[in-house]
Amino acid sequence: MRVVIAEDLFLLRDGLTRLLEANGMKVTAAVENGDELLAAVAADRPDIAVVDVRLPPGFTDEGLRAALAARQAHPGLPVLVLSQFVEQLYARELLAGSTGGIGYLLKDRVMDGTQFIDAVRRVAQGGTAMDPEVITRLLTHNSSAGPVSTLSPRERQVLALMAEGRSNAAIAQQLVITERAVAKHTASIFVRLDLQPSDDDNRRVLAVLAYLNNA
Amino acid sequence: MEERAEAMTGVVGGVAWRVGRACVDGVRAWYAVTLAVTGLISLLAGPLLLAAALFGPEDAGPFGPGGPFFLAVPLGPVALWALCWATGGGGRAVGAALFAPGSLAVMATHLYGGAAPGGRSVSLWLAPALLVLGLFGARWIATESRRTVGKWSGRPVPVPYRRPPGAAGPWQRLRAGGWLTDPATWRDAAWALLSGAAVLLTAAVVLFTPIALEVFGRHGPFFPLAIVYGLGLCAAPAAALWAAPPVLRIHERAVRSLLGPSRQARLAHQVSHLARTRADTIDAGAAELRRIERDLHDGAQARLVALGMLLTVAEQLKDDPDALGPLLAEARTSSVKALGELRDLVRGIHPPVLADRGLADAVQATALDLPLPVTFTGVLPGRVPAPVESAAYFAVTELLANVVKHAGASHVWIEIGHSDGLLRISVTDDGRGGADPSRGTGLSGTERRLAAFDGVLAISSPPGGPTIVNLEIPCALSSPKTSSSSGTA
Repeated sequence: MRVVIAEDLFLLRDGLTRLLEANGMKVTAAVENGDELLAAVAADRPDIAVVDVRLPPGFTDEGLRAALAARQAHPGLPVLVLSQFVEQLYARELLAGSTGGIGYLLKDRVMDGTQFIDAVRRVAQGGTAMDPEVITRLLTHNSSAGPVSTLSPRERQVLALMAEGRSNAAIAQQLVITERAVAKHTASIFVRLDLQPSDDDNRRVLAVLAYLNNA
Repeated sequence: MEERAEAMTGVVGGVAWRVGRACVDGVRAWYAVTLAVTGLISLLAGPLLLAAALFGPEDAGPFGPGGPFFLAVPLGPVALWALCWATGGGGRAVGAALFAPGSLAVMATHLYGGAAPGGRSVSLWLAPALLVLGLFGARWIATESRRTVGKWSGRPVPVPYRRPPGAAGPWQRLRAGGWLTDPATWRDAAWALLSGAAVLLTAAVVLFTPIALEVFGRHGPFFPLAIVYGLGLCAAPAAALWAAPPVLRIHERAVRSLLGPSRQARLAHQVSHLARTRADTIDAGAAELRRIERDLHDGAQARLVALGMLLTVAEQLKDDPDALGPLLAEARTSSVKALGELRDLVRGIHPPVLADRGLADAVQATALDLPLPVTFTGVLPGRVPAPVESAAYFAVTELLANVVKHAGASHVWIEIGHSDGLLRISVTDDGRGGADPSRGTGLSGTERRLAAFDGVLAISSPPGGPTIVNLEIPCALSSPKTSSSSGTA
């Protein structure tokens, strides 16, 4: 798998490169700002771009804008955005009109190597990886009224993991239950939220996220 | 055809509106004139009576020409007043009751030969009371003028009276000099004199010009006085309606300049306001620094110390892989928690999204995190200056936190905009209402923080809701950054 990294801090850039290469990926370019990212994406056609939100020269949301620009220039380019903080507003902008291949994670998650690599793989294959903190806040926002408040605690756990972008198998492993139990929970959640059930993992995640965002 | 008819109705409607408007202004001008005359009479009653008692003849003379009907003259202002009051011009019976005796006494003194009925002793006894009443009267006239002008123009006239600081009992008020050393009292008196004199002068000019012309013989043979006054009487209503609006405008300007706070008083008020808000700002800044210091000390710093200790232990145990695993896992948890605490702290100091995107998006981002549905409307065409942006942001988060904690609301509406040099934000919820800034510390704290930027906070929260909070901060928008418009939406 070929990866382009955009991160302004040398230590993190270096660390990310090592981590990804240690897991059998090839880092074709590791750049410092948005313009270089666009150039690298155009030149290398990577399988995924890993981008920091804050990049020079303004250190505001240049990375996010560069990532969105790269996706506009190369439709379907999987992008994993890393940030020191997560904002639902940014998650919304990333997900707007998306058909998958989007990730938005706290930088802290890099410390858990296997989970991070898993997220990178998932996004590169067109899946979704939303930070648990985004999901927690989405659920808080939806908790006071509406169908989400009628879910059982276990169903809410499953919903949260599903919204993060995990597959049934991953959810089962995380909650230490069988895959069949997970399938039962997801079916019940889809009925409660009045969503179209779908076998395709990615479409399912996007439906759930769209539901939580619009409620 | 239809268009023409429509235009005609438009014209007729416009004329009717203007005539109606002029009628309203006429009644108002009438009331202002009544106030002015009453003020003058009440202010002069005391001095005139005193002068008459001291320097006038010893005994009351016989009735002059006209006999007892002159007693009706002082009742004129009272009657005018009653008429205005009845026609909706406003007014208070208290005022009439106060001035009636004053005006009666002075007129009687004047007209019946220099001494009030009852002789010198009664006049001397009455005069000081009337002097004081005159000052009270002038103040009352001033207050009433302020009130009416504020009501008519929709823009209140600030009350300029000095208020002694601290608990103001009668004794403190007296020590602070009472009314007599307050310049505003003397401005009130000046107003009563000037406005009354202006009215009397105008009336005299209007009434006596034909007589003067007659006396000096320029039109004498051609314009008998009866005809001139007859025509004048017919034209008077139209003339009054024509003159009322400009007269009212002049009246308003005069009231504002003489009865509003003087320039000095305004500056003094501004200085004390600035001193207070500066002290508040410094206090708030210091408190904020203490909070940050405490958060760092108890949070991230403590976690890093624990992390260091864990690593030391891990170093000693490096030959025992079984014990090492859990230790390292704990170390990682500790570092994750430290990062989380730092993140929360940064959010409390200056939220990243505020720095990135500005006020509107930051408020929207906060709204997204609320546990209830929020409708957000409005855009800002540019960036608000950073300090104002931060103050407004934290004010709104405070308001939203209050809504979540106390209102029991099921929906919140946030509107944000900038017009006429004012940043306006309104937060509305459908909760139980009854929010009172004087009870909770939250709202009054928000109010104080905004005051540092001359911002104001207006709350409407009847019991049972809805609660509407409006923020207004004067500020200019900087032109939008070209980069922020490039397609993130």
